[in-house]
Amino acid sequence: MDSKTKKLLKRNLSSLGFHTAAVIIGFLMLYPVLWMISNSFKTTQEIFGQNSFSLIPGELLTENYTRGWRYNGTTTFTTFFKNSFIYTGFATLGAVLSSSLIAFGFARIRFAGRNFWYTCMFLTLMIPFQVVMVPQFIIFYKLGWVNTFLPLIVPMFGGVPFFIFLMVQFIRQIPVDLDNSAKIDGCNKFMIYSRIIFPLIKPALITATIFSFYWRWDDFIGPLLFLNKPKLFTVSLALRMFADPQTSTDWPAIFAMGTLSLIPVIVIFLIFQKYIVQGLVTTGLK
Amino acid sequence: MTSLTKDSPGKDLGKSLSERKALFRENLAGYAFIAPWLIGFFAFSIIPILTSLYYSFTSYDILGSPVLNGVDNFKNMVQDKLFWKSLAVTFNYAFISVPLRLLFAFFVALMFNRDVKGIRLYQMVYYIPSIVGGSIAVAVMWRRLFMADGAVNSVINLLFGLDVSTSWIGKPETALWTLILLATWQFGSSMLIFLAGLKQIPHFYYEAADIDGANRFRKFVSITFPHLTPVIFFNLIMQIIAGFTVFTQAFVVSGGSGDPLNSTLVYALYLYQRAFKYYEMGYSSAMAWVLVLIVGLFTAIVFKSSSSWVYYESKEGN
Repeated sequence: MDSKTKKLLKRNLSSLGFHTAAVIIGFLMLYPVLWMISNSFKTTQEIFGQNSFSLIPGELLTENYTRGWRYNGTTTFTTFFKNSFIYTGFATLGAVLSSSLIAFGFARIRFAGRNFWYTCMFLTLMIPFQVVMVPQFIIFYKLGWVNTFLPLIVPMFGGVPFFIFLMVQFIRQIPVDLDNSAKIDGCNKFMIYSRIIFPLIKPALITATIFSFYWRWDDFIGPLLFLNKPKLFTVSLALRMFADPQTSTDWPAIFAMGTLSLIPVIVIFLIFQKYIVQGLVTTGLK
Repeated sequence: MTSLTKDSPGKDLGKSLSERKALFRENLAGYAFIAPWLIGFFAFSIIPILTSLYYSFTSYDILGSPVLNGVDNFKNMVQDKLFWKSLAVTFNYAFISVPLRLLFAFFVALMFNRDVKGIRLYQMVYYIPSIVGGSIAVAVMWRRLFMADGAVNSVINLLFGLDVSTSWIGKPETALWTLILLATWQFGSSMLIFLAGLKQIPHFYYEAADIDGANRFRKFVSITFPHLTPVIFFNLIMQIIAGFTVFTQAFVVSGGSGDPLNSTLVYALYLYQRAFKYYEMGYSSAMAWVLVLIVGLFTAIVFKSSSSWVYYESKEGN
């Protein structure tokens, strides 16, 4: 063998090694999720015991889904999904629209105290939620907002620091000349925001929408604190009640509903990967 | 990162009336735009923070009114075995899971930092656990996975011909490790952040190193690692803070109890129990402030020590 073939062989071997390792680890990474999906079609006996690890159900039992969807008979997952979409939808709308307004103010208007407030915004990131949890609960309790979606949605209209930061970064890349020429054409600040800046920061808006959707959809402690009636439960809360260790647990049905709860999350991921990665990289948010 | 461009609109001495008017209108417009945040900041951050500080020196069960009791809450905390237990559990959790997750993220990012066909697909597959990891569905599934008759034991028994029937969730020695594993499994988002950092390292550094005859290890130590330290630093702080306040996963995996033998009783879970199971709002507020001190102290230590190990390309860079 001459040195050239040797080199080629070596490169091919290392490439083979790389792909083998990447595929094996990748399979391990995905295994728990695949296991959950497969369990949603299994019988209870199949989920337990010696062949528990198997990813192939004996037969595709779709009645796990119908049984799971019925939940306890009185309230069904129709309600829970509706609640989750209401909460996620309005909270996201509030978070994204407000954040874009606020970001415009910080990025484009030179007002007194601008840096001070911007720093304050970053400092709030350092305050653990546990500090505001009790007083917020008491405030909302006294307002009579417990067992409504208001405590979950209204605070989002104050904007989300991560999104504001992301949008400020974005707006600063847009030439100020655009604002100035619009001003000459008779646009006021709000028109500059709504007609010029807002359409131009679409990628940041999409990124913020996706992350807001994820966080609200998965939110657990909020609904746990403020929603105590089954007819107000979100999907997350219902799943947790479903899997309550105090009662006998219908695992196949839980896995069926768990799988359904992940569908919006996965679909959004597949469509908007690019924006997700960009959001991660710009702000370090998870 | 936290400061916008330098400008001081306040210096308006000797300006004409029309200029002052314009300045006033500019300020007004600025505050109008940030008003939603400002209102939210006071209503949902500042006021609750101050109230919480006040509650932490009171005894308060929500039904009555808060009664000042000095530093009793903090004194009781010192005596409270569960407080110390939850603190220990949380420290174990945060200081094991965060470095583990970042370590995995870092090495997988290095492995995936190459131009091969299908690399994007690998990256996306490795990121999926981070996407679904925060959901209750996954937390519930995780519990099932590590139960006595769950998939983990069935795989162990199949591979090694054993007959293991340990409930990994039911044993105090292992229960927290299932949570640590759940957190580590979600290294994908940090991996993508590191990959982006790796891509930004200018090529000429490596070319210069090649000319100097540096080997791969040398290049890693002198070029790759120093360039990534700011990113690692930022992620370390943010994730440790998040680790100190972990709640949902511990709540779901332990069924809200922190069992077995309080081995998964993380700080935020214990605080939640004191507040919403026993309605001790004063005590739980005091606990929240201890958490603030811990997070603050930790952040300060990392910041202080950062200058000795964090490498910044240029001071003006953003």
